[in-house]
Amino acid sequence: MAKKTVLRKPKGFLDVYKHKPGAEKDRTHYCPGCGHGILHKLVAEALEDLDVVDRTVLMSPVGCSVFAYYYFDTGHFQVAHGRAPAVATAVSRANPDAITISYQGDGDLAAIGGNNILQAANRGENFVVFFVNNAIYGMTGGQMAPTTLEGQKTTTTPYGRNPLTDGYPIKMCEVISQLYAPVYVTRTSLHDNANVRKTRNAVRKAIQNVKEKKGFSFVEVLGMCPSGWKMSSTDAQRWIEEEMIPVFPLGVYKDVTDEDRSSIDRPTPVHEVDRVLEALDVTTEKAELLSKREVEPRYANPSIRASGFGGQGIMSMGQAIARVGMKYGYEVSWLPSYGPEMRGGTANCSVKVQENKIGACEATEPTVIIAMNRPSLERFEKILQPDGTIIYNSTLIEVEPTREDAEVYPVPITGLADDLGNTRVQSMVGVGAFAGVTDLFDPEEVIKLLPEMFGSKASLIELNEKAVRAGYEYVKENF
Amino acid sequence: MAKKLLKGNHAAVYGAVLAGCEAYYGYPITPASEIAEMAATLMPKLCRTFLQAESEVAAMNMVYGASGSGKRVMTASSGPGVSLKQEAISYSAGSALPCVIVDIMRGGPGLGNIGPEQGDYKQVVHGGGHGNYKCIVLAPNSCQEMCDLTMLAFELADKYRNPAFVLTDGVIGQMMEAVEIPQTVAQLPDKSDWAVMGTAESKNLINSIYLDHDELEEWNRKLQEKYRSLEQNEVRIEEYMVEDADYVGIAYGSASRVLRTTVDTARSQGMKIGMLRPITLYPFPVKEIAALPDRGVKGVLTVELSCGQMVNDVNLALKGKMRSEFYGRMGGNVPSSNELLEKFKELFGV
Amino acid sequence: METVNGEREYPFCEIDPEECKGCHLCVSSCPAEVLEVSDNLNSKGFHYAEYKGSGCIGCGFCFYMCPEPGAITVYLKDYEPGKAV
Ligand SMILES: Cc1ncc(C[n+]2csc(CCOP(=O)(O)OP(=O)(O)O)c2C)c(N)n1
Ligand code: SF4
Ligand code: SF4
Repeated sequence: MAKKTVLRKPKGFLDVYKHKPGAEKDRTHYCPGCGHGILHKLVAEALEDLDVVDRTVLMSPVGCSVFAYYYFDTGHFQVAHGRAPAVATAVSRANPDAITISYQGDGDLAAIGGNNILQAANRGENFVVFFVNNAIYGMTGGQMAPTTLEGQKTTTTPYGRNPLTDGYPIKMCEVISQLYAPVYVTRTSLHDNANVRKTRNAVRKAIQNVKEKKGFSFVEVLGMCPSGWKMSSTDAQRWIEEEMIPVFPLGVYKDVTDEDRSSIDRPTPVHEVDRVLEALDVTTEKAELLSKREVEPRYANPSIRASGFGGQGIMSMGQAIARVGMKYGYEVSWLPSYGPEMRGGTANCSVKVQENKIGACEATEPTVIIAMNRPSLERFEKILQPDGTIIYNSTLIEVEPTREDAEVYPVPITGLADDLGNTRVQSMVGVGAFAGVTDLFDPEEVIKLLPEMFGSKASLIELNEKAVRAGYEYVKENF
Repeated sequence: MAKKLLKGNHAAVYGAVLAGCEAYYGYPITPASEIAEMAATLMPKLCRTFLQAESEVAAMNMVYGASGSGKRVMTASSGPGVSLKQEAISYSAGSALPCVIVDIMRGGPGLGNIGPEQGDYKQVVHGGGHGNYKCIVLAPNSCQEMCDLTMLAFELADKYRNPAFVLTDGVIGQMMEAVEIPQTVAQLPDKSDWAVMGTAESKNLINSIYLDHDELEEWNRKLQEKYRSLEQNEVRIEEYMVEDADYVGIAYGSASRVLRTTVDTARSQGMKIGMLRPITLYPFPVKEIAALPDRGVKGVLTVELSCGQMVNDVNLALKGKMRSEFYGRMGGNVPSSNELLEKFKELFGV
Repeated sequence: METVNGEREYPFCEIDPEECKGCHLCVSSCPAEVLEVSDNLNSKGFHYAEYKGSGCIGCGFCFYMCPEPGAITVYLKDYEPGKAV
C-alpha cells in the first residue's frame, strides 16, 4: 500500500447512498457522535486498503446499524435480529472467497443472538464479527442491553440495572476467547485518538485474517451512544473511559493468528451427473424382474404385521419381505412404528406386497401376522382379518393364539436362530418361515439380497443365509 | 430404470441432490431426522455443505444466507422446529429468496408426540410467520413423490423466487417404498442479477426492510401478483374415480393413502365414491374443488390428521354450494380405511 | 481556507459543513487545537466544525474520530493537488 497523501472518504463507501430513501444521500442516519459511524469508517478504509471491497459481503443486523447497507460499496444481507452469525455462516460457506462481515450491536449479539454468535465462533467460521458494545439498545430508544452496567439507568431499568433482578453485564470477549476455534478476539474502544488507532489496527488485522482464511475473528468495540446515554459526544467518550472500561477491560483476549492452524478450505461442489448418480448409488441398468409365482389366494396381496421386542430385528424382517417383493415386480410398502416405542419396548412394522398401487400402508387389518413375542401375538391377533394367518415364535410364546378362524404356524424362531449360534439372526428365520408358509417368493432370492441389507461381512451373510433356510425348511418339514 | 427401496425421508434428500441442492442446514427432530442423516451422508461425497445448526432458528437463517448467496439450499424439520423457522421463512419470503423446507408433521400442540399428524397445515399453508406472504406448498403422499416433489419444489422456488415447502406427515417420512430415481441432474439457473456472491458484479442487496410505507405497500403488491400467478399456473391435484362419483373424499399426505383404499373398498361394494387429492396445498385447488358440484358430486368429505385445517380452504372453495363434511383424527392416530367408509355411510347414507 | 498567494498550505484539513453533524469529536481530538465550532449553522441546524485555516499537523486524528464518512478530508504534507488519490 502506497503511503497516503490524503485522508478522504474511503472507497469502501458508496459515493452516493443509493439505497437510502429521501434526499440526503450523502450523510449517514446515525446520531451525532455515534460510535457506529467511526467504526464504519475504519472498516471502509480497511476494505479499500486491503483491496477487498468487491469481494465483501456485509450483514446488516437489527439495531441502529440496520442500515449499514446504505453505506458500503459491497454485497449486502439485511438479517433478522441476532442471526447475523448464522446467515454469515452460510454466506461464507456458499462463497468461500467472499470477505464475510457480521456487524452487530450488543442487544443483537449478546441477547437475542447469544447462542448464534457462540456457535459460529465455536465452529471457527471464516468471517469477522464487528461487535459494537454501547451498553444499551440504541435503535429502540435506550432500553437495557445485556452489556448495560450495574446501576446504569435505561428506559427499562429506570432505577438502574439491578444485578439481582437483571443480571450482570455480559463480557463477550471473555466468553468467546474461552473457545478453541476463534483465532483473534480483542476489545478496543473509540473514546480517544490512541484507542481509535488501536481499533483501526484490530479491524485491519481481522479482515486480513478472513482474507487468509484463518477463521473466526471477533472485534468488540466500545462505542459511544450519546443519544441513548443522554450525553454530549465528548461526555460519552469520558463515560467509556471512566465507567465502561473498568467493567470491559481493553486488550487482546486471544490471538493465535500466527499459530500453525490449517486454513479453512471449502472444496467446490460437484454437480456432474455421473458422480451424482454414483454418490446416490443408483445403477443405470434396468433390473430384471423375476416372474411372479402362483400363490394361494389367501396369501396373494398380503398385508403383514410383524412385531416383537425392540432388538428382535422386526424392522429388517419387514424390509426383507418388501425388498424381495420388489424383485418380483410387486408394489411394496413398509411402515415402521417409530420413536420411543422402539427403545426397549415393542416394535412393529406393516408390510404390503401387492399387485396394484398401495393405498393405506398401515396394516390395520393384516392378512398375516408374524408375532415374535407374546404381547405382539395378543395385540395383533385381535386385528387379524377373518381367516388370516398367524406365524408365531413358539420359542418365546407359550400360549396359543385364540383366533379359531386363523391358520396358525407355531415356529420356534428364536430357538432355530439359537441353534445356529446367534439369536440375532432370528429375523431372517422369520423371513424364511414367511416364505415357507406363503410361497410368495423363493427363499434363495432373499439370500441374494443379504449383502445389500447387511453389508459385505462374509460371516454375517453366511449366518443369515442359514437362518433364512432354517425358517423355510422348518415350515416345509412340519406343516 | 432401477428402483430403490427408500424411506420417504431419504427419498427427499435424493431428490434434493439431483436438483442440485448445494447446502443442507438442519437440526434433528423425529420424525424428520433421517433427512438430516441422509444429507450428512450424501452431501460431503459431492463436496456440498451439510451443517447441523445450533437450532432451527439458526438453520433457517443459514438457509436465508445460502439462498441469498445464489445456492440451492434446503432444511427439514417437524412441527416444533418449523415454529422456530418461521422467523427466517418470513424474511426469506419478504426478500424473495428461493429455498426448500421439508416438514414431516408430528403430533401437537407443544411437544405433542412423534406420531403422524397434519396439524402444521395452517402454520405452513397460511403463513405462520409475520406479514403478507405465501409459501409454495407441495404435499407428497408416497416415497416416489418425496423425491419428485422435492425436485419440483426447487424448480418452483427458483421460478418464483419464493420459499417452497414439502409438507407431509410422519407416515410418509418414515415408510419405505420403491422409488424410481431420475437419472438426470437439474440445470442450475443463473441468479447473478440478484444474488450476493462476493464479486464486483454481484453487489446486490438481500433485504426485506422498506421504511417508506408506500414502498412497502408497492413491494407487497408485487408479492401478491406473484401469488396470483402461482394460483393461475401451478395448481396440481390427483383425481381418483371422481368422474362418476356421487361423493368425493378430499385428503392429502398419508390420509389420502387411506382414502384411496376406502374408495377401492367402496367401489367393490357398488358405492360411487372418489378422491380428490391436492398435491399443491398452496396454490390450493380452488377451481377444481369448486367445480365438483357441476360434475354431479353431491357431497365431499375432507379427511385430515388434524382437527380440520384444510377443510376451511375446501369450504372457502365450495362457498356453501355443496354439502361438505369433515372427519379427522389427531394425536398420532391414523384412521383405517373402514373407519372412513363407515363415515361416508353414516354422513351421506351411501 | 487559502493562504495569501491563493495556495493551500499542506497539511490541510477540510470540513464539509453540510456533512458535519456538529458532534465536535474532531474538535476535541485535535492535538494542535486548530478546529473550532462554527458560529454558523448548516442546513440541518448543526453548528458545524471548522478548520481555523492554518496549523494542521496532518495527524489525521480528526479524520478517524469523525463518524461521518465524508465530512472531513485531511490533505497530508506530501499531497500533490490534482493527483488522483
Ligand atoms: C425479533 C425482534 N425483536 C425485537 C426487535 C426490536 N429491536 C430492534 S433494534 C433492537 C435493539 C438493538 O440493540 P443493539 O443490538 O444493542 O444495537 P444498537 O441499536 O444499540 O446499535 C430491538 C430490540 C426486532 N426488530 N426483532
Ligand atoms: S441511538 Fe446511539 S447507537 Fe443509535 S445512532 Fe444514535 S448514537 Fe448511534
Ligand atoms: S467529528 Fe465530524 S461530524 Fe463531528 S463535528 Fe467534526 S466534522 Fe462534524
